[in-house]
Amino acid sequence: MLNILDLHVRVDNKAILNGVDLHVRAGEVHAIMGPNGSGKSTLANVLAGRDGYEVSQGSVAFEGEDLLELAPEERACAGIFLAFQYPVEIPGVNNVYLLKAAVNAIRKSRGAAELDAVEFLGLVKQKMKLVRMKEELLNRSVNEGFSGGEKKRNEIFQMAVLEPKLAILDETDSGLDIDALKIVAEGVNSLRNQERAIVLVTHYQRLLDYIKPDRVHVLSNGRIIKSGGPGLALELEQKGYDWIVGTEAA
Amino acid sequence: MNATIQHYLDEFEQRRFAQGPLHETRRRALALFEQNGFPGPREENWRYTDVRPLRQRPFTSLGEAPPDPGAAEVDAARFKEMDCIELVFINGVYAAQYSRLAGLPGAVTLENLAAALASEGDLPASQLTRYADDQASMFTALNTAFIGHGVYLNIPRGTVVERPINILYLSKANGQPHAAHPRNLLILNEGAEATLIESYIGLDEADYFTNTVSEVALGAGTVLKHYKIQQESLNACHIGSLNVRQDRDSKLESHSIALGGALARNDIHSRLAAQGAAIDMNGLYMPNGQQHIDNHTRVDHLEPRTFSMENYRGVLNGNSHAVFNGKVVVHPEAQKIEAHQNNANLLLSDHAEIDTKPELEIHADDVKCSHGATVGQLDKDMLFYLRARAIDEDRARSLLTYAFADEVISRIALPPIRGRLEYLVVGQLPDAALIREFTHEH
Repeated sequence: MLNILDLHVRVDNKAILNGVDLHVRAGEVHAIMGPNGSGKSTLANVLAGRDGYEVSQGSVAFEGEDLLELAPEERACAGIFLAFQYPVEIPGVNNVYLLKAAVNAIRKSRGAAELDAVEFLGLVKQKMKLVRMKEELLNRSVNEGFSGGEKKRNEIFQMAVLEPKLAILDETDSGLDIDALKIVAEGVNSLRNQERAIVLVTHYQRLLDYIKPDRVHVLSNGRIIKSGGPGLALELEQKGYDWIVGTEAA
Repeated sequence: MNATIQHYLDEFEQRRFAQGPLHETRRRALALFEQNGFPGPREENWRYTDVRPLRQRPFTSLGEAPPDPGAAEVDAARFKEMDCIELVFINGVYAAQYSRLAGLPGAVTLENLAAALASEGDLPASQLTRYADDQASMFTALNTAFIGHGVYLNIPRGTVVERPINILYLSKANGQPHAAHPRNLLILNEGAEATLIESYIGLDEADYFTNTVSEVALGAGTVLKHYKIQQESLNACHIGSLNVRQDRDSKLESHSIALGGALARNDIHSRLAAQGAAIDMNGLYMPNGQQHIDNHTRVDHLEPRTFSMENYRGVLNGNSHAVFNGKVVVHPEAQKIEAHQNNANLLLSDHAEIDTKPELEIHADDVKCSHGATVGQLDKDMLFYLRARAIDEDRARSLLTYAFADEVISRIALPPIRGRLEYLVVGQLPDAALIREFTHEH
């Protein structure tokens, strides 16, 4: 589904990613781990299409198409969803209207009929339960005045409603207490299926106690230096990043 | 002498105003105007607003009766879902046939000022120029010289006028550039409450000059909700002011929305003259194309425990120019006051220009004051967030612009007014149709 080949990315003329290779198939959950500054968030942002990242080499194909050619909204319509590390507050833009516009923009791009108000509300009600989202948050402005945990839950709620093919979760676990983390993990787990791929970007192993990845990759200095099964995350938890980063240097 | 000044002097003579105490006031004001003429860029108050379009060309308030726009056009300007008391003026002349004064509480006086001056004489005449200062602005002086049609409202002590009072100033082309000098005198006696809307609407891209002055006396414990909706034609000049004196515990809520006019200037000046007096000013201006819109506000905290809040926002597009100047003066006696001011501007075009200047002048030491001004473009993180949620770039831009403006509009408590303004604001935006679904269902 997602094929990243030799991806080099520069930000403000500084090389951040130095040849990343990653292959994610439908139905798989991949965890990208690594110390701070290793390029994890850059990778997530490049996939979603944020400005300011210059791809100097390499390619990204999503379902066989060149992803880097697409505008962020086209990527969203193609089925890519980024759960933001820092969801921005947008005063004056209603949470539920945004979601409805998003759902219908995606449906329209696929030639499906737009949902009417009743159908949409039914969908929303059903998905809200999944992340135990408070109803009052629906009609507020996007993320405005939400607590850190509520913002992260709102991201997972949006993901549940939009049903992407590929979900990229950028440090969704950071800043969550253990109860909130469990709720978010349950939400993500309930969205796992044979058609959907999930990429978890995380610093800590903690999230992986609740969401079992199929593959774990360690990113360091802009390259994936080690890949393995779920056991790799546990090993990192015990030995820290230095062990593996040091191996590479040696 | 400048030919335009001479034009207004001549016109004053031709008007043959009635003799009496008011006539002295007129003459004094005219003499001031003759002496000082139109303000120039060297005056601090007019530094960023060039009034050459008014200095170089005469506008006339003489001549034929104003054209009749017809009931359909007048009805389109009314609020459909709000039962209002309405006074309608066309090119500055009171139009009784379109006005709806029925159902006013018994002792409330509400009529055309010209009629009030003819029938009641002394009371309104003695109040005029008490709150608006001819010395402070030559446009006010010019208005005073030509006092005539406008609104006279006097609400007796303890009376609450429930229905909003809507004043419609419609301007329609009638062959020559015309001038109107509306004067509104609004007196709320102790404990009175009212909602008043001043709407200025230009029809058929008419070429005219509105020079309007409102004087407001707010007695102890009064509550006035004042709305000014400026939708003059894009060929018009609009100079307007709201001049207020607030007594103990009076509350003024002011909403000023400026959308129209080639050259528009709006001044609000309130004197908080007794403890507990409070003013809350909301403003929105959205110039586009070649428009120039200037907002000046001034609050004098004269006594302790007085409060002022101000929140003005501008959305500038095209080659437009806007000016914001918010002055707060805290006088020496005015301890324990609170004054907060904020002006935020969104520039949608590289060619638009804003001059913003918050001014705090504090002569007391136990006060809480804050002010801030921002000028910026659409937030990149917000834009990306929306686009990552499948909203295309144009729509995301419109949506964020609307949301920025709606911060002011959403403070309006009356749904029909809020609804109309939201509709108008959306209409000013590119891709209006794309974001209708986001705006609340009206």
